[in-house]
Amino acid sequence: MTHLELATDHGAVVQLQALDACPLAIRGLTVSYGEKPAVFSIDATVEQGSMTAIIGPNGAGKSTMLKAALGVIKPLAGTVTVYGKPLDTQRHRIAYVPQRASIDWDFPTRVIDVVLMGLYRDLGLLGRIGRKERDLAADCLDRVGMHDFADRQIGQLSGGQQQRVFLARALAQQADLYLLDEPFAGVDAATEKAIIDVLKTLKAQGKTVVAVHHDLSTVTEYFDRVFLINVRKVAEGPVENTFTSENLQQAYGGRLATTQIDDLSLTAI
Amino acid sequence: MLLDALTLQLGYNATLVAIGAALLGISAGVTGTFLFLRKRALVSDAISHATLPGVGLAFIVMVWLGGDGRNLAGLMLGSAVSAWLGLLCVQSITRRTRLAEDAAIGAVLSSFFGLGVVLLTVIQTMSSGRQAGLDGLLLGSTAGMLWQDAAIIATGGAVTLALVLLLRRPMTLVAFDPEYARAAGVNTDRVDMLTMALALAVTVVGLKIVGLILIVALLIIPPVTARFWTDRSERVVAISGALGGISGFVGAAISASAPALPTGPIIVLTCFALFVFSLFLAPDRGVLAAYLRHRSFQKKVHLRQGLLAIAEHQPIYEPLTIRLLAREGLARRDGVPTAAGTARAAKALRDERRWQVVHTQPTYEAISSLYDGLREIESVLTADQLADIDEVIGGPKGVTP
Amino acid sequence: MSGEEFVPLSLTPILIGVFTAVACALPGNFLVLRKQALIGDAISHVVLPGIVVAFLVTGSLAAWPMMIGAALAAVVAVILIEAIRRLGRIETGAAMGVVFTSMFAAGVLLLERSDTSTVHLDVEHALMGNLESLIWLDAYGWGSVLDPIALAGLPPELPRIFVTMLGVIAFTWLFWRPLKISTFDEGFAQGLGIRTGALGMALVIVSAIAAVAAFDAVGSIIVIAMFICPPAAARLMTNRLERQVGWSVVFAVLSAILGYVLAGYGPGWLGGDNAVSAAGMIAAVSGLILALATMFGPCRSRTGAPIEA
Repeated sequence: MTHLELATDHGAVVQLQALDACPLAIRGLTVSYGEKPAVFSIDATVEQGSMTAIIGPNGAGKSTMLKAALGVIKPLAGTVTVYGKPLDTQRHRIAYVPQRASIDWDFPTRVIDVVLMGLYRDLGLLGRIGRKERDLAADCLDRVGMHDFADRQIGQLSGGQQQRVFLARALAQQADLYLLDEPFAGVDAATEKAIIDVLKTLKAQGKTVVAVHHDLSTVTEYFDRVFLINVRKVAEGPVENTFTSENLQQAYGGRLATTQIDDLSLTAI
Repeated sequence: MLLDALTLQLGYNATLVAIGAALLGISAGVTGTFLFLRKRALVSDAISHATLPGVGLAFIVMVWLGGDGRNLAGLMLGSAVSAWLGLLCVQSITRRTRLAEDAAIGAVLSSFFGLGVVLLTVIQTMSSGRQAGLDGLLLGSTAGMLWQDAAIIATGGAVTLALVLLLRRPMTLVAFDPEYARAAGVNTDRVDMLTMALALAVTVVGLKIVGLILIVALLIIPPVTARFWTDRSERVVAISGALGGISGFVGAAISASAPALPTGPIIVLTCFALFVFSLFLAPDRGVLAAYLRHRSFQKKVHLRQGLLAIAEHQPIYEPLTIRLLAREGLARRDGVPTAAGTARAAKALRDERRWQVVHTQPTYEAISSLYDGLREIESVLTADQLADIDEVIGGPKGVTP
Repeated sequence: MSGEEFVPLSLTPILIGVFTAVACALPGNFLVLRKQALIGDAISHVVLPGIVVAFLVTGSLAAWPMMIGAALAAVVAVILIEAIRRLGRIETGAAMGVVFTSMFAAGVLLLERSDTSTVHLDVEHALMGNLESLIWLDAYGWGSVLDPIALAGLPPELPRIFVTMLGVIAFTWLFWRPLKISTFDEGFAQGLGIRTGALGMALVIVSAIAAVAAFDAVGSIIVIAMFICPPAAARLMTNRLERQVGWSVVFAVLSAILGYVLAGYGPGWLGGDNAVSAAGMIAAVSGLILALATMFGPCRSRTGAPIEA
């Protein structure tokens, strides 16, 4: 996965330079749980300043792909580069919002403390949390409309509120690339609106956003690029010409009725 | 000497103990399976440590009433009562507070055991503190065992086993699918309590032979070991019981064959030996089998990825992929494909195209979901179906594997 | 009570009890939150084979070989548990049960088979310790606390557990942030580049060191009790990690002092004349504190339905 490995291959050097500015480039990624690949030989290129939805049926490897891109899961094969460099040198430029369901919400901590966790890379082990940091965290909570909840224990929040706190923590990371795992899963309409507003603001600031997404009806409204996956990559590109009925059929197979797909891709055009 | 012991030639007491240990082992193996499958194996640790204050109190009460404090039946009764109390504490902590079960188990086992130790020091100072008998209950000791005690253990083992066999149906149901069991009208809470009560019975019966610290091993190791050999529930129960029985019998026999071989540790180590053997050598779930399977799987993935890269004229990044391709004669060491490699690559690419067609056609819906990047398409489609698909794709015919 | 009696006889055992309790309770907070509370249980069981092997290798009961042996045994146990869990795809609790019982059995067997009749090494001592015997014979009153000659006669367990406690405090302070983040949200921590696997192992090793140093002085029951009871009780007192750790230290110190006093003087109040096991009493008191917390702790119940603003 290192730079060195890539540079030894003559074919790859050219490729690499072309990808240099690209926020996230994945090559030949295979991840397996046991003896069945969850994602197989995936190539993906996330464009600077884009909002990309990763979509596909349940069990198609959407979250797995995101986690492997972050090094949270160890891949069986494949390389990941972030802004043209190895992942480990670029962590300060990535913010990550994990799935809400993967957390022990009974943990003894307050909302504001969770947001401050986003500053870990700046603060290090012993850096003092001062006025500046507290103001930043409060500001991030403000941006997701959770300012009044700063002193609540996290377990006392509703699902949507918890998701907003996670987004505030990602904002506190002040990153360039935002990776979100199912940010809209199980949240209320107000939260969905709040989250998408924040993400659109990020895009307007030139940041890059990638989200695992499961609601096909909102893809065209929320995102400008899609990555369709069903174990293998089905297609990637701008929503207009990639979110098509053929590609959806290809990704979802018979699991999505043809009429549904026609409806969706009509809204795409 | 060992042979004598194994064939029950070492005298009446030793024989009774060996039979008792075998019965105990079977009950423990079977009961333990249900705990293990409910992911509550370590509840038994709380139960067993919580017996100590009961043992101490029973001793004090029996002496106070003018009897012999070492009366095994009395000590067993006391230990059962305090273990039950400990179990109720674990249950109440997990139900009523936010603490997880592991914290509840640890808290109960340490504070009950602490209280037990306090009582032991009280007994030490009692004028009639013939406390040697109580030491044995920590680690198990069969040396100088009374005939009466051996009989109690053998009977206790047999009764426990009978109860386990009687209750195995509802316990199996609850262990495997509590939701379904509840829907079917089974009171899962009551069955869970019954399972715990049986674990408690095993603990109490095993107190004298195995000791309260090590009895947990007999409830945990056999089911874990059995799990390596089968995926089917009834078989896990049966194998676990057999393993427990063998460990109990062989362990007790070895221990009786020479001095300074304490029964409890020997039984546990016999059990552990069976576990280690299974961990490494069990077919399918064993470590060796899993390692070999992983290696061949990794090779398959890299070969397939390499072939697809060749077919799509993409560079191959990973040295391992190139090495594997080269070893199969599909590419040269510098990554340039051989003729055979090019042909296999074309086949791989065509198969991918075929899969794409499969994904889009509703008739193949079930087959489509089998796709994982590695499955050979010939293994799921007939030649006729493949021909139909190739018709859709068009292009050159007669690509052979 | 006069200093002349208290300082030589009770001061050092109480201090050792307090330092032990704090050294175990601090990492215990994280173990409890990570649902690894029983790692403490497992570690304290495998200490026995560790010291027996150390004794067989070195032939002496010197403190350092014993502690190194015990620490190595703890590390071996943790590695074995992890290996069995992963290789055999077995849940952690069962994997622990397999490892610590087997290693404990091996320790007992080794002890029985080797000639230890000349030395004081037995299972009971390993379980119960002997806190009461760690007295300071050179002390004559409060003045001896500043007297270098008297201080030279301190029981060696005292400085050892004190240094261990300082080490545990330093570890907790230094790695507070990554420990907190990775305990709360491991995926996010990995995304930040925190090596959660190594950190988790470090936590277990620190716990093992605390357990081994404590075990040397007070036996393994206290160790298990202090890993779990004070942090568990503290969790029921507050919803903030910082305060939880504070409470756990308070409870640990309280258990140690109260337990020692009850064991030493309690029987006298009841008309008996012999003290009972201080280690056992400290564990029992910590359990009692937890029982009180489960009944009256302000944050005892699981966070219920979200409170809508």
